[in-house]
Amino acid sequence: MKEEGIELIKDGKRLDGRGFDELRPIKIEVGVLKRADGSCYFELGDNKVIAAVYGPREMHPRHAQDAKMAVLKYRYNMAPFSVDERKRPGPDRRSVEISKVSREALEPVIIKEFYPKTEIDVYVEILQSDAGTRTAGINAASIALADAGIPMKDLVSSVAVGKIDGEVVLDLNAVEDNYGEADMPIAMIARRNTITALQMDGRMTKDEFEKGLKLAMNACQQIYELQRTALIERYSEM
Amino acid sequence: MGLEIMDEVRRDYTYNLVRRGKREDGRDFQDYREIKVEKGIIKRAEGSARVKIGNTEVLVGVKLEPGEPFPDSPDKGVIITNAELVPLASPEFEPGPPNEDSVQLARVVDRGIRGSEAIDLSKLCIEEGEKVWIVFIDIHVLDNDGNLVDAAALGAIASLLDIHIPAERYGLSGKGEDMIPMQDKPVAVTMVDIGGEILVDPNYNEERAAVSGLTVISNTDGTLSGIQKYGREGLEEDKVSEMVDIGIEKADELRRKFL
Repeated sequence: MKEEGIELIKDGKRLDGRGFDELRPIKIEVGVLKRADGSCYFELGDNKVIAAVYGPREMHPRHAQDAKMAVLKYRYNMAPFSVDERKRPGPDRRSVEISKVSREALEPVIIKEFYPKTEIDVYVEILQSDAGTRTAGINAASIALADAGIPMKDLVSSVAVGKIDGEVVLDLNAVEDNYGEADMPIAMIARRNTITALQMDGRMTKDEFEKGLKLAMNACQQIYELQRTALIERYSEM
Repeated sequence: MGLEIMDEVRRDYTYNLVRRGKREDGRDFQDYREIKVEKGIIKRAEGSARVKIGNTEVLVGVKLEPGEPFPDSPDKGVIITNAELVPLASPEFEPGPPNEDSVQLARVVDRGIRGSEAIDLSKLCIEEGEKVWIVFIDIHVLDNDGNLVDAAALGAIASLLDIHIPAERYGLSGKGEDMIPMQDKPVAVTMVDIGGEILVDPNYNEERAAVSGLTVISNTDGTLSGIQKYGREGLEEDKVSEMVDIGIEKADELRRKFL
């Protein structure tokens, strides 16, 4: 949808050598920050993100408290050096929207009723960006919440699918995102096929949408296993 | 506290109605409220439309000004979409900088127009790398009785059709197009899930009673150009697919009737 003139698929392979349904390499480290109640470092290809969770802690201002449950807050923030052209520090419209969508992606699994009048803060910092940062952030945040001991019904896993050179492919990198025709980030509770975040921009047919959804569901299963393994490894060390 | 209880009672009422197959205003689940689109009502704007969906009322104005292109697309016009949830429109809206709801509203509408390539931006270049037309789409909410997205999106596309480019005002007569070159008519359709039922065009009470929702933006040829999920609960995969189908179908109806 954005620019023309770059061949993104050659001989059935993508520029970085991946197949259409292949994720970039993922690396997960749990409990990487000392002061936070829970934290996670997550790499997805060239994306490097870190998530921290604080709370449940008393909510301020008090009038914003919910007498029945904890309030979840989520801040997605890009480091100024995380992108080619320096990003001006602080929230912009994109990050405000991503924060909202990401918070809603995680809310369905958190048992907020256990901690009335409190807030749970999730902070996600994008240290290096290569498309798919919001999905990496959600994956990291989900693990960090578990690491903080927040009661959860399940983990949330997230990935983007998109359309490049007319093909529906998994997990676009920055070049593919810039020159591709559509991008669709998805978050889901992988074990229940329940979608907790879904956005789409660009242009695709209903069939392509369905195909993308299937690709994302498969990938989220894989990501879920990696998240789970990372948590188990972390806590079997201790 | 009193208000909170009323809120809960109201939510239960809406939920129980839906469980019995009904909506408070008597509509079928897939029906819109009455829609009115009135174009060209603001003289100072290059394009404008007032859209009413039931009691929800949104005014969209489009202004054009020459400005600098983005460095990565030096020969293309620019779209800037903004939404203001002014306090006149609802007791919940407060003055101040845009909050996440107004940002989301603007960005979802923007995404639909951008994704569909409704405006041929390559024809809005005045001087490559120097000067292009900037299309400002400003969404002004006047009365919020739910489903602002569909009203705003419809208002935006209705405003954009038949816009004369104000070249004369900026001493740019004879350079480029006379009209904003339009190529498509994206339409947004928003649905919510209440008790497992899909309700099209939720009113305010239905929005409050719902735990999740989806906006589907689609084009004249039935392709999708934007999707956004809302809410604190998940949606089953097959429900999402069903909503996308309904969205495409309803968009086609709205497009035929109002655009």
